Amino acid sequence: MCGIVGLFLKDKSLEPKLGALLSEMLVSLSDRGPDSAGIAIYGATTGNEAKITIQSPKPERDFRGLDAELAKAIGAPVSLAAKSTHAVIRTTSDKVDAARGALQTLRPDVRIMGAGEAVEIYKEVGLPEAVVDRFDVRAMTGTHGIGHTRMATESAVTTMGAHPFSTGADQCLVHNGSLSNHNNVRRELIRDGMKFETENDTEVAAAYLSNRMAHGKNLGEALEGTLSDLDGFFTFVVGTKNGFGVVRDPIACKPAVMAETDQYVAFGSEYRALTKLPGIDNARVWEPEPATVYFWEH
Amino acid sequence: MPATTMPKAQSDQSHARVFDLAEHSLRELNQALHKLTPGSNETAWEVLHPRGSHSVAVGVDQPVSIDVRGSVGYYCAGMNDGATITVHGSAGPGVGENMMSGQIIIKGDASQYAGATGKGGLLVIEGNASSRCGISMKGIDIVVHGNIGHMSAFMAQSGNLVVLGDAGDALGDSIYEARLFVRGKVESLGADCIAKEMRPEHIALLQGLLDKAGVTGVKASEFKRYGSARTLYNFNIDNADAY
Amino acid sequence: MTYKNPPTTPRKSATFDDYTLSEIRRAAQTGIYDIRGAGAKRKLPHFDDLLFLGASISRYPLEGYRERCDTSVVLGSRHAKKPIELKIPITIAGMSFGSLSGPAKEALGRGATLSGTSTTTGDGGMTEEERGHSKQLVYQYLPSRYGMNPRDLRRADAIEVVVGQGAKPGGGGMLLGQKISDRVAEMRTLPKGIDQRSASRHPDWTGPDDLEIKILELREITDWEKPIYVKVGGARPYYDTALAVKAGADVVVVDGMQGGTAATQEVFIENVGQPTLACIRPAVQALQDLGMHRKVQLIVSGGIRNGADVAKALALGVDAVSIGTAALVALGDNDPRWEAEYNALGTTAGAYDDWHEGRDPAGITTQDPELMKRVDPIAAGRRLANYLKVMTLEAQTIARACGKNSLHNLEPEDLVALTIEAAAMAGVPLAGTNWIPGKNGF
Repeated sequence: MCGIVGLFLKDKSLEPKLGALLSEMLVSLSDRGPDSAGIAIYGATTGNEAKITIQSPKPERDFRGLDAELAKAIGAPVSLAAKSTHAVIRTTSDKVDAARGALQTLRPDVRIMGAGEAVEIYKEVGLPEAVVDRFDVRAMTGTHGIGHTRMATESAVTTMGAHPFSTGADQCLVHNGSLSNHNNVRRELIRDGMKFETENDTEVAAAYLSNRMAHGKNLGEALEGTLSDLDGFFTFVVGTKNGFGVVRDPIACKPAVMAETDQYVAFGSEYRALTKLPGIDNARVWEPEPATVYFWEH
Repeated sequence: MPATTMPKAQSDQSHARVFDLAEHSLRELNQALHKLTPGSNETAWEVLHPRGSHSVAVGVDQPVSIDVRGSVGYYCAGMNDGATITVHGSAGPGVGENMMSGQIIIKGDASQYAGATGKGGLLVIEGNASSRCGISMKGIDIVVHGNIGHMSAFMAQSGNLVVLGDAGDALGDSIYEARLFVRGKVESLGADCIAKEMRPEHIALLQGLLDKAGVTGVKASEFKRYGSARTLYNFNIDNADAY
Repeated sequence: MTYKNPPTTPRKSATFDDYTLSEIRRAAQTGIYDIRGAGAKRKLPHFDDLLFLGASISRYPLEGYRERCDTSVVLGSRHAKKPIELKIPITIAGMSFGSLSGPAKEALGRGATLSGTSTTTGDGGMTEEERGHSKQLVYQYLPSRYGMNPRDLRRADAIEVVVGQGAKPGGGGMLLGQKISDRVAEMRTLPKGIDQRSASRHPDWTGPDDLEIKILELREITDWEKPIYVKVGGARPYYDTALAVKAGADVVVVDGMQGGTAATQEVFIENVGQPTLACIRPAVQALQDLGMHRKVQLIVSGGIRNGADVAKALALGVDAVSIGTAALVALGDNDPRWEAEYNALGTTAGAYDDWHEGRDPAGITTQDPELMKRVDPIAAGRRLANYLKVMTLEAQTIARACGKNSLHNLEPEDLVALTIEAAAMAGVPLAGTNWIPGKNGF
C-alpha cells in the first residue's frame, strides 16, 4: 500500500524545478509509505546518447573504474556519474544492449534500475525525505517524472521491492493497491521467458506490460490488457519517454486525484500531494474514471 | 434525527475564533472544538490553511458554524453532530462520514465515499461527487449540484440522495429503503435498484430538500426517482447471481 | 458344502461420510447453501497437541497458592491516554446484540466485570445494558457501521476496527429476518423482518494506507484517549499483523478458524481461514521483526477452552486471549437439559448451531421474548465469572509448575509438540527430539 505521484510539465520554464516539485509531492505522502521510496526523472535527450541507471550494495567497490572497463568491453565512450548507491552510465544509444551485457559479466552484484534515452530511476529503502536527500533529487531537471512511496504488504522491504519498476526502454511503473492473481500471472510470464527478482505483485504488473509490448502491443493496449488480465485493486501510473499514463481498476477503491493547469498535469494518491504546486488553487482537479486509460505526452 | 431549522452558513467574521493549521496542530483544533459546551459563545470558527489535511473538524457535537478556508483531505467533518461546516474548497474521501445531524457544505468537489454511512443531517456538494457517494447511508440527506460517480448509494439503507447532474455505473446496488432522485442521466442501475414512480408526496419531499439545500433554477418534476425493488430482502436461491 | 457369496462387512466411505451425504441431500432439496453459527468443527491441529515441560532438576516450581503468579495485562499502551488494565488475560470477544439476546449480553457484562476483564460489542452496536453492566467495554467498528455513532465511541473504553473474523475472513455479518426484531431493526436502521446483508469491506476505506488515516480519524474524534484495536481473521497473520502495526494499531486481534460466528455459510467456516495455532507464531514474529512485541499487544481467539489453552497461547508470545463460544457455553448454550427441545429441532445438545433461526432453547442466540427468559443475567453472569476464575487458576497452576511468577513469563521453550504439524506451526520441538520442522532448513 502506497502513495504515488506524477508530474508532467507543459511549461518549459518549470523544468529546472521538476525534481524539487516532485520531491515535495512525494514527501507529503510519507505516511502512506514509510518503507521505501523511488523516483523516475525524465530529462533532456541528446539524440544519440542513452543512459543506464544502476544500483550496487557496495558502490565504492563496484563503481570504481567501471566506466573505463565498460568502455573497453563495448568499444565506445562511457561516462559514469555516481550518487550514493546509484550511478548513471552514459554511452551511445546503439551500445546500450552491449553495455547491459557487459555489466552482468563485469559487475554481477550490480542491478539495473532502468535504461533509456531520458529516464533515470532511483529507489531505496527508507522514508521519502531520506531517499530524495540521498540522491539529491531536488536539484534534478526534467520534463516529467513519477514517484512512489511504499508500505510493503505481502513482500519484503528491500531496495528491489521498491517502485518504480522498469518495464522497457524509458518506461517504468508505480502501483498503489494489491493484486490478487499475480502468482499465476508470474508463472505464465516466467514460462514466456521473463525474469523476476522479487515476490512483489507490482513487479509482475511491470513484467506483464513489458511482455505485452514485446509481443507487439503499444503501451496503451498493454494497459488496456491489465484491466482484463490482472485481478485485484490497482491504480497504475506509468512513465514513458514522452509523458505518463494512468489507469485504475474497474472497482477503483484506491484513491487517485489529478490536477491540470496551463503549466502541468499532476497526479497524486491524495490531494495533499498537490497542495504546493504552483497555481493549484485555480487548477482543474478531478478523479480519473475506473477502467479507463489516460495519457499525456509531449 | 433530521434538523429542521439550521443556521445559515455564514459566520460573523468579527467574532469568529480563527484557527490557523499552518501554526497549530490538527489535534489542537479538534480538541478545542470538543471542549465546546452548550451555551458557549464561541459559535463561529474559521479554519485557515487546511492544505489537504485529514480529519478536519471531526466529532463536533455543538451547533457552531465552522468555515474551512481551503481544501481538505479525508474524513472532514466525520461524525458531525449538529455543527454547520462549510469547506471553501474541495474535500477528500469520506467527507461527512457517519454524520449524525447538522449541515455540511462543500463549495468545490467531493472525492469518494461522500456522506458514507451518514445517519442524519444534510450534506450539500456544490461541485461533483466521486464514486460511492452515499454508500451505506442510514438517514442522511445528500444533495449534489453536479455529477456523482460509480457505485453510488451502494447498500443505501435510508435517507435521500438528490443529484442534479448525472450518475455513474451501478447506482443503488443492493439498496434498502433510501430514496434516490436524479435529474441527469444514470449510466446504469445496480442490483435490485429500479426506477420508481414520482408521486405527489415524492415531489413535495424533493422540493423540500432542494429548498433546504438552497437549490434554485430546477424543478422537482425534472427528476426521476430510483429505489429498491425489494427482491433481495429475503434469501431466495433464484436471486443468487445478485449476491 | 458351498457358500453363497460371503458378505463383506458394510463399509461407509471416509470421503462420502454421513454428514457429507446429508449435506448433498439438503442442497439438492433446497437449492441454497447451508447457513449456521459457531466456528470450524472439524478436527484441526490445536493446543491439545502441545504439552508443557514443567519443573525438573534444572527448573524449579513455585509453590501453588503461596507464591505469587501475576495474571494482569495492560492493553493499548502504544498511543492511548487511557490504556485498558485487565486483571486476567482473558477477554470476551465481540458478539452482537441481535445475534445474542439482551439478557445474554447483560450476563456477559456482569461476568466479565466480576472478573476484572472486558467485553466487546458486535455487529449491532452498543446497547445501554452492555455499557451499564460492563466495566470495560470494547466497541467494534465494522464494515456495516450498524448503530455507529460518536457518543458511543466516546463512551467506549477501547475501539476495535474489524477487518475480518476467523470464521469468515472476507465475509460480512449476516442476520436473518427471524432475528430482526423491532429493537434490532431500529438499532441497525433496517426494515423489520428482512434478511440483513452486510458489506464485507468498510464503506470508506480500503487497504492499510487508508486504514492509517481512518485510525487517525477515530483518535481525533476521541481525543486520543482510547486504545485502537485492529481485528483480523486467520488469513495472512504475518502480513496482517505487520500492516496493522504500520497503520497505527495499539492492539492486534487475530481470530483463527475455530472462532465462532452467529451465522454464515458452512462452506466458509470450514474452508477459509487458518487454525488458531497456525496464526500465533507468524503474528508474534511480525511484532518481533518490527521491534513492537509487547509494545503493540496481541490478542488471539478461536477455540480457547481452558487454562491450558490460555497458558499455551501466552507461552507462544500472545498478550491475552479472547473467548466467544466458550463464554456462551458457560452461560448455558447447548446445555443437555434442553435435550428434548434440541431433538425437536432435529439436533442434539452439543451439536446445535442453527443460531440464525432464532429458536435457541437455551435462550441465548435468540430474540424470542419467551426463550430469552431462560437466561437469568445475574446467575449466568456468575457462571461466566466462575468459568473465567477456573481458567485463570488453571493457567497459574501451569505457570507455577514451570517456575514462572507471571503468566507472561511463559516461553515457547516451555513447550513440546505431539505431532509434526503442531511442532511446525508452533515452532516448538517434537516431543523427545530436537526437531522443529521447517527451522534451519529441514
